[in-house]
Amino acid sequence: MTAHDAVLRSPRRRSVLPGFGISAAITSVMITALVIIPLAVLALRAASLGPAEFLAAAWTPRARAAYAVSLGASLTAAIISSLCGLLVAWVLVRIDFPGRRLLDALVDVPLALPTAVAGLVYSTLYVERGWLGRFLVPLGIHGAYSWLGIVLVLVFVSLPFAIRVVQPVLESLDHDTEEAARMLGASRVQTFLQVIFPAIFPAVLTGFALALARALGEYGSVVFISGNMPFKTEIAPVLIVSRLEEFAYAEATAIAVVLLAMSISLLIVVNWLQQRVARNAQ
Amino acid sequence: MSIHIRGVSKSFGTFKALDNVSLDVPQGTLLALLGPSGSGKTTLLRIIAGLEWPDSGRIEEDGEDITDRHARQREVGFVFQHYALFRHMSVFENIAFGLRVRKAPKQEVEAKVNELLHLVRLDGLGARKPAQLSGGQRQRVALARALAIRPKILLLDEPFGALDAKVRVELRQWLRRLHDEIGMTSVFVTHDQEEAFELADEVVVMNHGRIEQRGTPEEVFEHPATPFVMDFLGNVNVFHGRVEKGQAFWHGIPIDYPDYPHSQARPARVYLRPHELDIARAAAEQPGGNAATAAAVTGSLPASVLRIARSGAISRVSCRPDGSDTELHVDLPTDTARDLSLQPGERVTITPRKVRVFLPDPEYVI
Repeated sequence: MTAHDAVLRSPRRRSVLPGFGISAAITSVMITALVIIPLAVLALRAASLGPAEFLAAAWTPRARAAYAVSLGASLTAAIISSLCGLLVAWVLVRIDFPGRRLLDALVDVPLALPTAVAGLVYSTLYVERGWLGRFLVPLGIHGAYSWLGIVLVLVFVSLPFAIRVVQPVLESLDHDTEEAARMLGASRVQTFLQVIFPAIFPAVLTGFALALARALGEYGSVVFISGNMPFKTEIAPVLIVSRLEEFAYAEATAIAVVLLAMSISLLIVVNWLQQRVARNAQ
Repeated sequence: MSIHIRGVSKSFGTFKALDNVSLDVPQGTLLALLGPSGSGKTTLLRIIAGLEWPDSGRIEEDGEDITDRHARQREVGFVFQHYALFRHMSVFENIAFGLRVRKAPKQEVEAKVNELLHLVRLDGLGARKPAQLSGGQRQRVALARALAIRPKILLLDEPFGALDAKVRVELRQWLRRLHDEIGMTSVFVTHDQEEAFELADEVVVMNHGRIEQRGTPEEVFEHPATPFVMDFLGNVNVFHGRVEKGQAFWHGIPIDYPDYPHSQARPARVYLRPHELDIARAAAEQPGGNAATAAAVTGSLPASVLRIARSGAISRVSCRPDGSDTELHVDLPTDTARDLSLQPGERVTITPRKVRVFLPDPEYVI
């Protein structure tokens, strides 16, 4: 037994959750079975390729374009979701209007709806003769089979995360500090930027990270709306599937590994930022 | 700057928080709004601050109507009960906030904040975050932040409510000195009569959205205008008596009450403060009839001692007056109590030095 174990098990350090041994075991089994093993298999599969083969498979011009579309569209969507999510959360928390509870319930719909359905509905709406497309396409706005379409559905699937993370923080916000800022002569804008926003910024960043993660992994809706044109609107997950359909398993895995590495790096950066900001906000 | 509140009313839904309240606060006064929760004292303070709008009535500062002026234009310092510090900012930045939003030059901000840090005795703590301070220190930061904008009026909402007893007393005395040095008009809200009496020049007692009484601490304490004030100031013996022909009677003891000259007897409430009663051991074994006559003549009351409790400088003797079910408390200096060395069960006579009588529902007096 190490010293660390001794501390955790000593009777004076009793935690409210009974059975440290059992809960730790369940946690490790879950993480191993659900995350570590699948990722290890992915890495092993990719490792069956030599470095040169790996590069050749994962760094083709088409693959690079797919990464760019994936990252670009996901980042854009996550930014939009965070900003809109903040606004929606603000409205839901601060403004009492008829139908507020209904709107609050509607926020979760994108989580429950099969995303393929969302993709199909969006593409039907935004095609040239669709309900919205007939007005937008003449203006040069192509909502279907385009990069814009990808961003649209990614915002749809990631928005609930951005809202639900910020909402409780806004609810628990101390109203006194806003009044204090007003008493000290701050305008509404100054109060928001200097008093409210710093308090909710960590939550906004967390929402951004979750939205980004959700957007990076999304496949079902994008495949229907993007048109999947290589070099233009093909996202990395779609490229992986098309490689699989060609039975190029190793290549598919290599692309997956690169996508995974990019996603993880991005999330690490966002989390690091979030922690820094949160520490500062204490 | 003087404050004039003219006929202010405010309701929240069906709850009437303020009911036609008028109040003048002269320049330089330190005034306490004293009352139980729900009495409207905080609402009144927030209306003066501009954080709440009156449904009717006006607020004036030095004769100028400021009713429609926004909180940020009133230049009023406000100290919140729970400090309301900006958690993500350092102590320095908290205090500087009001100056920064006014776009004060950097050097001026720095000088002013350091001066205020010194004033609230927090030199060297400017870099700390509010979370790293004690409750008393946080309250002083809140005060410094409110003073930074050089307000003409300082408003404090239960400023010492969240502090422990020792810090509270210290901070109270310090605030009094600060008020005298700066010479602002200050209004603070409290439910603690001791705090109000110790700190304030004038006390306004509020109840159900109305002002019950206004006066110096001494006036309010010595001459409570209403039964509510008497009750709220606390620590008082209440008995049922009656009034008729200009006299009230309590256990046969007559008390002058010229306000009720009518011959029809009415029930009244008799208030006796524990420290305004004299207690003496009953004269030893006199014939019963004789003692009762003596009591009526001297205006004292026979009673038996139930128990004696010492709390520091004051000892409290609980007695039961003969023929009464209500306990009567008498406060004595502990030294006097020791000299007297009363024992439970002993017979005593109690002589009130001061008695206050209130008629219930005075509006019904014909």
